[in-house]
Amino acid sequence: MSHRARQLKVSSLARVEGEGALRVTVRDGVVERADLQIYEPPRFFEALLRGRGYTEPPDITARICGICPVAYQTSACNAIEDACGVRIDGPIRELRRLLYCGEWISSHALHIYLLHAPDFLGYPDAIALAADHREIVERGLLLKKAGNAILELVGGRAIHPVNVRVGGFYAAPGRARLDHLAGQLRPALDAAIETVRWVAGFGFPDLETDHELLAVHDPAGYAIEGGTTVRRSAGPDFEVDAFSNHVVEEQVPYSTALHAALDGGRYLTGPLARYTLNHDQLSPLALGLAADAGLGSECRNPFRSIVVRAIETVYAVEEALRLIASYQPPEPSYVVVPARDGVGHGLSEAPRGLLYHRYEIGADGLIRSATIVPPTAQNQAAIEEDLRRTVAANLHLGDEPLTGLCERTIRNYDPCISCSTHFLELTVERS
Amino acid sequence: MTTAVVIGVGNEYRRDDGIGPALVAALEDRWLPAVKLIGSDGEPARLIDDWAGVPLAIVVDAVLCDPSTPGEFYRTEVPLDHPGAAPSAPTEPPGAGAHPHSAGSHSLGIPDALRLGQAVERLPGRLVVYAVEAADVSFGTEFSAPVAAALPRLVDAVLTELKSARTVAR
Repeated sequence: MSHRARQLKVSSLARVEGEGALRVTVRDGVVERADLQIYEPPRFFEALLRGRGYTEPPDITARICGICPVAYQTSACNAIEDACGVRIDGPIRELRRLLYCGEWISSHALHIYLLHAPDFLGYPDAIALAADHREIVERGLLLKKAGNAILELVGGRAIHPVNVRVGGFYAAPGRARLDHLAGQLRPALDAAIETVRWVAGFGFPDLETDHELLAVHDPAGYAIEGGTTVRRSAGPDFEVDAFSNHVVEEQVPYSTALHAALDGGRYLTGPLARYTLNHDQLSPLALGLAADAGLGSECRNPFRSIVVRAIETVYAVEEALRLIASYQPPEPSYVVVPARDGVGHGLSEAPRGLLYHRYEIGADGLIRSATIVPPTAQNQAAIEEDLRRTVAANLHLGDEPLTGLCERTIRNYDPCISCSTHFLELTVERS
Repeated sequence: MTTAVVIGVGNEYRRDDGIGPALVAALEDRWLPAVKLIGSDGEPARLIDDWAGVPLAIVVDAVLCDPSTPGEFYRTEVPLDHPGAAPSAPTEPPGAGAHPHSAGSHSLGIPDALRLGQAVERLPGRLVVYAVEAADVSFGTEFSAPVAAALPRLVDAVLTELKSARTVAR
């Protein structure tokens, strides 16, 4: 979708799936409000799912996002399998993790190279960066392509994969095809390592947030495609099925996206939360690179999220290679999941944060209710708090540089508002 | 060997924004050897992979215009700067209005893909863009009447384009 004036003077070519704006109110030199206004489609999907068959959510919810469809498919599968009393382990679970690694690699590479890095290097966008440093952008494209290759092979295609079903996959790729994929991933690992070294050298504004952190935790490994508990920085872990006891969404008047609170408080999910809460489960290579990049046992500077994403990209490429090395095609490629009356909860770690699905299913196999809590909705309050602080500390700036700073602040979180939202119209009311 | 790629950009759950994917779906029923058909969200890194090195790329996307004539579509052959070639005139491709600091979460588009493709030398031999004026991009899968009516004409136009390209190739 494009916006275009009749005179071929186009305001923007980005596809329109939503609108985003920031409204800041400053009174007597104090930032009273910093409202991130979001128009977000996922709420409508919840209504759309009611009355549909219990096998349909992986395909339907994948359409919520073109950048992280695997996250939607996986959280949906986890929740429905939970409702039906089936747990997926072994080779099918590993294939699910491999697919998810593909999404992490592709999404992280997109954000690092095409969206985020130009902020640190003084370029207006990745195209200008490519003009001066073509080899750098080509490295990012190589990484992204490697992620896409996994998505295409395991998922059937790179956007909105079609091979995922409740219980596993419609078909599992053969060993030889994965061997070929491994050949493409090996150079991607070098590119990922170089990416960490590159972004570690950026200059980072000095900002430490105090948001509570929330991430999926799995004792078996760095949580990606699921986990057994939810880990938080200021409280004990809780069970996946207790998610909605702790995380409550509410409507705010200025946004169609719901705001989420963790036991009534502001919190953050995503790379900083994952790293801080689960970093000891990263691979030795990833941990070594993190140490070299100056990351300690926690990372609370949102500007450094680009470093964490780079570390996670290394880990995801390593994981993909590890999973491929031990891969034996599961036969059959799925577990039969019979419908039953019940409620199921499903979590996974989308590239930009924890994604929760809950389904209530009838014995007839029809969905009675669906709840989807995407990461960006959970992070909204934290983003707004960062914006409040940023604006308060930079009130001396004019509207244009202040807008640029606010944009950077928002981009730290790689928000997936509806995958293509026009940002950022900044309104500052000063009185 | 792939001689042409047809890329339908859009979201099929956003009514008229789905015209690109619908065009691709319509062409899937035709016998088009050596033509690759791709539905796309328009993400630049994917676009430049989809069209890199292909002799002819046809990209179909919806546009919102003001004033509007829904269902109208416009064909533009985008001048490309290939390595070694003389720089083309600075003609704007459709929708190439500058938004030099796109701050959207993932809001890049076809002009970004074109400029990125030029920067890293991943362009097709020729790039033809069909821009279809949309009337309704709200949630849903039904096209507005004028865009629905335009689809057969669009299919014919793209088929003629492909046929013409084959003729030229011979």
